[in-house]
Amino acid sequence: MALIRSSSPHLHNAGSTPKIMRLLLIAALPGIAAMTFFFGWGTLIQIGWAMLLALGFEAAVMKLRRRPVAFYLRDSSALVTALLLGLALPPFSPWWLTLVGVFVAIVIAKHLYGGLGNNPFNPAMVAYALLLVSFPVDMTRWTAPFVLHADDGWQVLGLIDTFKVIFGALDHSAIDAFTSATPLDELRHRGGLTTEEAFRESRVLADGVGAWHAVAAAYFMGGVFLLYRKVFTWHTPLAMLGSLAAISTLFYLFAPDNFADPFFHLTMGATMLGAFFIATDPVTAATSNRGKLYYGAGIGVLVYVIRTWGSYPDAVAFAVLLMNLAAPFIDQYTQPRTYGHAKPKRGLKEDA
Amino acid sequence: MTEFLLILISTVLVNNFVLVQFLGLCPFMGVSNKLETAMGMSLATTFVLTLSSVCSYLVYSYLLAPLDMAFLKTISFILVIAVVVQFTEMVVRKTSPLLYRVLGIFLPLITTNCAVLGVALLNIKKMNGFMESIVYGFGAAVGFSLALILFSAIRERVAVADVPTPFRGAAIGMVTAGLMSLAFMGFTGLVSF
Repeated sequence: MALIRSSSPHLHNAGSTPKIMRLLLIAALPGIAAMTFFFGWGTLIQIGWAMLLALGFEAAVMKLRRRPVAFYLRDSSALVTALLLGLALPPFSPWWLTLVGVFVAIVIAKHLYGGLGNNPFNPAMVAYALLLVSFPVDMTRWTAPFVLHADDGWQVLGLIDTFKVIFGALDHSAIDAFTSATPLDELRHRGGLTTEEAFRESRVLADGVGAWHAVAAAYFMGGVFLLYRKVFTWHTPLAMLGSLAAISTLFYLFAPDNFADPFFHLTMGATMLGAFFIATDPVTAATSNRGKLYYGAGIGVLVYVIRTWGSYPDAVAFAVLLMNLAAPFIDQYTQPRTYGHAKPKRGLKEDA
Repeated sequence: MTEFLLILISTVLVNNFVLVQFLGLCPFMGVSNKLETAMGMSLATTFVLTLSSVCSYLVYSYLLAPLDMAFLKTISFILVIAVVVQFTEMVVRKTSPLLYRVLGIFLPLITTNCAVLGVALLNIKKMNGFMESIVYGFGAAVGFSLALILFSAIRERVAVADVPTPFRGAAIGMVTAGLMSLAFMGFTGLVSF
């Protein structure tokens, strides 16, 4: 029989699963607010719809497995998965996209493995990656931040109209004025321009990035709040952001015309969301502190590699999945020594 | 030098033989229940793959091509691979009897690992030279080993998870392999080879 040899914190603390999940939901509020402010009502509707579906699927699976439904619904883990997926999907994506995504996340990625605590892959990221691979057109149609099309004041598509667009009552041509490429996409498809020229020529890169900076800052605030409440340790986010910053600085110094600056990489796309809300998932990440450092650093490097040379617009989902893959292996080789047992400096090594 | 590096990245990550090209699935599912066995199997397969891709290249370019008998390449490669595997089996048996016992039937079954024959045939199809064949074979083996070792570490964990009864064992292994393959799609486009 194969025994798990991952070290774990067997200690108890006062925080129960529902409590931690609720803290996560609270910490995401600034991010949700910023997304709604800049990209319109779509984000809120997506999150609400995804949460509804997630609760439905969770209840259905629990019913099928003859487990107490109410108990598992109350731990709010399905809500967190739905929230992450809702934040990651484009705000105007059609209702069925979210439906497919939530089904994959809750039923396949989570409950086929036995539910919360057993899944080797982050459910929301499995769903996102699957949708990105299967429906690339819908997944890359991002909303433009309102600063791009509004000259004065706050102008986004109305709440009712957004509802209609998402649930298919309004044709997609109605929102053409409200969509644009994301800065990451824009920089990838810049033609023969150097980075500096692209930042001057493209409206998305010249005027639109402010919105993304603000969203990243909001996620960062939420992340710091979670750190302060000790929901996770500093190892994973720091290692991820640090390695991403280090490798992008290296390439930027080497050839500033071809590569984006480190600040761009740290604030665009899902970097901040990934560093604080996705990579820190205690189930799918490495366990020991040293393991978390390797795990986070791996995500940072992979994000940079896939963003710069790969063919998908954002890399956080794939990078997280790839390191989820490696996490059990990392755990195997980063077991902390047990208390009182020092590694012998000379002579027979016990673990050899 | 860059060319060899590109071949390595391409075979290990972008066109991973197991997760992207779906070759060699039999040992991938069969020997991945324990991490230690998976590592032994990886080493043996790496050795066989590299050696057999060299041997089959030599056989093709110095025996089959000059004699104008390229149509015999599949059957002669199978013979070459069988010889290399037999040799590996003898080496493993002498050097590590424990590993020999643990690998059991899967060691001779490397002969039927379609990744091995696949690499030999792809080498000819891509018209790889001598050095390129070595690097290609080695890269394919490293990709196979990477997938196998990571997969076995996950499977050890999934083995004690509360998986619903109909999905226990091979079924959840297949689902996991599919999700791994999904994750590896992130590497698409890194190298166009």
